[in-house]
Amino acid sequence: MAALDVREVTVKFGGNTVLNNASLAAEAGAITGLIGPNGAGKTTMFNVITGLVTPTGGRVEISGADATGMRLHRRARIGLARTFQQLELFTMLSVRENIRVGADIHRQWSRDKGSASDLTEAIIDRVGLRAVADDRVTTLPTGQGRLVELGRALACSPKVLLLDEPASGQDDAETARFGALLRELANEGTAVVLVEHDMSLVMKVCDHVHVLDLGIMIAAGDPASVQSNPVVLDAYLGTSRAAAS
Amino acid sequence: MEKFLIFTIVGLSLAAIYAVISSGLVLTYTTTGIFNFAHGAIGMLAAFAYWQLRFDWGWPAPIALVVVLFVLAPAFGLLLERVIMRGLVGTSEATKLVVSISLLVAMIGLATLIWPSGTSRPMSTFFQGRRVDLGITTITYHQAITITTAILVAVGLRFLLYRTRIGISMRANVDDRNLALLNGARPDRVGLYSWAIGASLAAIGGILIAPALSLDPGSLSLLIVNAYAAAIFGRLRSLPMTFVGAIVLGLTEGYLAAYLPGENQYLAGLRPAAAVIVLFIVLLFVPNPRLRTRSQLREFFPPPSPTGMVMMAVGVVTFAMVLVTTMDTTNVITYGQMFPLAIVALSLVPLVGYAGQISLAQLSFGGIGAIVVAHHGIGGTPFGLLFAVVVAAIVGGMVALPLRRLSGIYLALATAAFAVALDRWIFILPDFDLGSLHISLFQLGSTDIDPLKLFGYTFESAGSRVMLSAVGFALSALLVAAVRWSAFGRQLVAMRDSEAACATLGLNLVWPRVFVFMLSAGIAGLGGALYGMQLGTVGPDRFSLISGLPIFMLVVVGGAGLVGGALFAGIGLYGVIPLTSALGPIVAKINAVSPGLMGIGLGRNPSGALPLIQDGMKPLRRDPLVLAAMTVAMVLIYLARLADVFANWPFVLAVVAVFLVANVVAGRRARVADDSSAEVALSTDDLDWVGITTPWTQTHLARLGDVFADDGLPPLTGLTATTVQALGVSDGRA
Repeated sequence: MAALDVREVTVKFGGNTVLNNASLAAEAGAITGLIGPNGAGKTTMFNVITGLVTPTGGRVEISGADATGMRLHRRARIGLARTFQQLELFTMLSVRENIRVGADIHRQWSRDKGSASDLTEAIIDRVGLRAVADDRVTTLPTGQGRLVELGRALACSPKVLLLDEPASGQDDAETARFGALLRELANEGTAVVLVEHDMSLVMKVCDHVHVLDLGIMIAAGDPASVQSNPVVLDAYLGTSRAAAS
Repeated sequence: MEKFLIFTIVGLSLAAIYAVISSGLVLTYTTTGIFNFAHGAIGMLAAFAYWQLRFDWGWPAPIALVVVLFVLAPAFGLLLERVIMRGLVGTSEATKLVVSISLLVAMIGLATLIWPSGTSRPMSTFFQGRRVDLGITTITYHQAITITTAILVAVGLRFLLYRTRIGISMRANVDDRNLALLNGARPDRVGLYSWAIGASLAAIGGILIAPALSLDPGSLSLLIVNAYAAAIFGRLRSLPMTFVGAIVLGLTEGYLAAYLPGENQYLAGLRPAAAVIVLFIVLLFVPNPRLRTRSQLREFFPPPSPTGMVMMAVGVVTFAMVLVTTMDTTNVITYGQMFPLAIVALSLVPLVGYAGQISLAQLSFGGIGAIVVAHHGIGGTPFGLLFAVVVAAIVGGMVALPLRRLSGIYLALATAAFAVALDRWIFILPDFDLGSLHISLFQLGSTDIDPLKLFGYTFESAGSRVMLSAVGFALSALLVAAVRWSAFGRQLVAMRDSEAACATLGLNLVWPRVFVFMLSAGIAGLGGALYGMQLGTVGPDRFSLISGLPIFMLVVVGGAGLVGGALFAGIGLYGVIPLTSALGPIVAKINAVSPGLMGIGLGRNPSGALPLIQDGMKPLRRDPLVLAAMTVAMVLIYLARLADVFANWPFVLAVVAVFLVANVVAGRRARVADDSSAEVALSTDDLDWVGITTPWTQTHLARLGDVFADDGLPPLTGLTATTVQALGVSDGRA
C-alpha cells in the first residue's frame, strides 16, 4: 500500500484544466520527485493533496484512508505535512517559536506526549538552524526560511512529507546537506514527495520521478529512465518540436 | 390594500436610498480593498453642507445640489484617497478598518465643530407636500425623485463599468490588480475615481435620507449602517445583488413599520434593529472564505517581557493610588473610568492583536457583564463578578460559533450588527421569562449595581472602586501577557499570519477562534461589570456600538498586539481627553476630532504609537541613574501634593515636567555614550563602519587581511596598488 496515492485527479479553474486525470503515488521510505515545467500543475497537485484546492474529480488516499473530502487539519492528523513554494512562515515569531508551534499543535492531537520543547530543540539542530534559533524569521534569507518550514513540518512527525521547491534559495553546500537530510528522513520510513527545479538534486536523491506537463502526468519511473525519456525532453526542451520544424 | 401600497412605496423609497449608498460602498471596496466605515459619515457631511447652502444661506436647490454632489463630495473623496487611503496598502484588515472608523469619528467631531448641537436645522423634502397620483395610491415628489435617482445610479454605474475605459480599468483592478498594472492600467487613478464617485453616491444618499430624520451627525452616520446589509447581499462585489439586497431591506423595514404592533414593548425595537439582524443572518450564509495565506503584514508586535509586565502592573496600581489620593470624588469618578474601560480595551489585545480577528462588540459584552453583576452581584457577592465574566464569555462563544468561518471585514460587520441589535432592541427590552429563567436587563432605563464585598470589606467609596478596577486591569493584563507566552498565544499569532499553514499542521482553526473570542468577551464582561460597579447605576447608552468604536480605534492606534495599547486607549480616552478639555473650550473642540485624527495617522505606522513612544523612552529606560532620580523627584512632588503644598494642576504639570526633563537628560547622556562608542567603531579594530563613516585606508586593508588569516580564509588577492587606487583607497599613513 502506497503511503500516498493520488488517483486521476482533475482540477479546473474556470475554463482552465490545471490537472487532468493526474495520478501520483509515493511509497514509505522513498523519495518521490514531482517535476515539470513552470505552470505544469505541481503546486496545485500539492494543494489538492493537502486540501487547499478541491478537485473536480479523482481521489486522494493517505496511508490507505480516503482523504478526498477530508478537511485540512484531518489530513495532517493522519500523517500529512508540507512546505510551501511561497514561504508561509509565522512572521511575528522567531525560528524557535515557528517550529514550536508545529510541535505544540502535534502534541494536541497525537498520542505522543513527549516534551514539545525538547522536540523543538532537536529539530533546530537537525535542520541546522541553531545559530539563528532566536532570530525573527523575517530576517532570514529564503534558503533558511525554507529550512524553518521543513523543521515546522517535521515537528508533526509526518508519514508523508510534501516539499515544494525546498532547495530554491539555497547554495550548493546547503543543497548537498539538504539532500542528505532528505535521505535520512526517507530511511526513517517517511514518504517524501519533492517538487524541485534543481534537477541535479532530484536526480541524485529521488527513487522515483513523476513528470507533469500542462496538468497531465506524462512520465513516471526511476530518475535515469525519466531523464532519457523523449516525451520529458520534449516537455522541458521542446526537442522533438524543434526537430520537426 | 391602501396601507400595503403606501408602505410598499415607503419601503421602496428607503430601498432606493440604501441602494445608492451601498453601491458607493461596494465600488470603493472592490476597487481599493478598503471597506469605508465612514461612508455614511460622508453622506452626513454632505447633508449638512446641503442644509448650509440651501436652507441657511438660501441658495437655489439645483445650485446647492450641483455644488455638493459634483464639487464638494468628489473633492472630499479625492482628498481622502490621496491623503489617507493610499497609505493603507499592505496593512491588516484591522488597520484599514480602524482608519475608516477613525475617519467616521473625526467626521462626526468635525460636523459637531462646524454645526454645534442644540440648534434646530429643519430640512424639507424636495417639492415639500406635493404628490403624484398613481391612481391606486399617491407618491410624494421626494419619494419619486429618490426611486428615480436609484434607477439612474444603477444605469449610470452599469454604463460606467462596462462602456467606459476607466470603468473597465476598475473591473480589471478588481479581478487582478497586478495584471491590470502590467497591462497599463493605473490602480492609483482607479482609486481616485472610485473614491470620488463613492463620495458623491454617499452624498446623494445623505441628502435624500436627511429630511426624514433630524440633522444629527451620530445617528445620520450610523443609520447608514443599514445600507451595509445591502452591500453584504452582493458580498461586497456584485452591484446588482446589492440593489436586490437594498430592496429586501427597504421593504422589510417598510412592512415592519406598517404591520408590527407598535404597542408591544418587546417588538418595538425590532424594526430599527431589523436591518442589522438581516445583516447578521446574511453573513452566516457567506460562502466559506479561502484560508488566509502569506499575510505579509507590516505590523509587528513583540511578545511582552515578564519584567515589563510586572512593572506595568505595579505602575498602573500606583497611578490609580496617586489619582484617588489627590483628587476629589467628582474627579475620581470622571478619571476613574479609564481603568474599567481599559479592561474592555484589553479584551481586544488577544483578539485583534494576537489572532487578527476583529470585534466591534466588545463594549456590548461589557454591557452584558454589567447587567449580570447588577442582578447577580446583589449585596456585593464576588460571585456576581465571576458570573459576569462567565456569562459574557458564553455569549461571546455563542456569537463566535456561528461566525467561526468569518474573518476580516465580514467578522467586523457581524459583530457590529450584533452590537447594534443589542443597542436598538435587546438592551431596551423589559424583563421577560425564558421558560423558568427570568431575564432582567436594564429594566427600561438604568439598573443599580451594588459595590463588591470581599473578605468583609465593602468597596463603598469611589476611590476604593477605582483601585479595584486598577487591580482588575493589572491582573487581566498579566493574564493577557501570559496568553501570549503560552502555546495557545503562539497559535493565535501563527493563525494571524497564515491560517493555511496552521491547518496543514493539524490545527482545527474553529476552536482557537471560538476560545479567543470567549476569552476576549469574558475580559470585556469583567471590564463592563467593574465599570458599572464604579458608576453605581448604568444604562444601555454607555455600552453602545458608537461608544465602543473609539475604544477599538485607540487600542489599534496604541498597538493592538501590545498590552500597553489597552492602557493607551483607557488613559487617552478617559484621562488625557477630559484633562486637556478642562483647559478650555477650544481644546475641548480639538479633542472632539483628535482621536479620529490619531487613528487616521495609523496607516503611516501600522504597529501603533506605543513602539514609537517606547523607542523615544529607550534612553530613560536604560539609564538607572536618571530613572531613580526621576522616581525620587516624582515621589517628593506627590508627598508635597499630599501635604497640600500645591493644588492638582501644578501637581500634574510638575510631574509632566519632571518626566520630560528626565527624558531629555537621559537622551543627552545616551548620545554622549553613543559618540564615544562610535569613535571606538572607527578605530582599525572594528571594520564594520569602515567605508561608510570613514574611508578605507591601507591600515584597514592590512587589518582585514589579518582577520581573513585568523579565520583560516585565503589571503586577499587582487587588491593591488592599482585596484586600491581605483577604489579610492588612500594611504592610511598620509
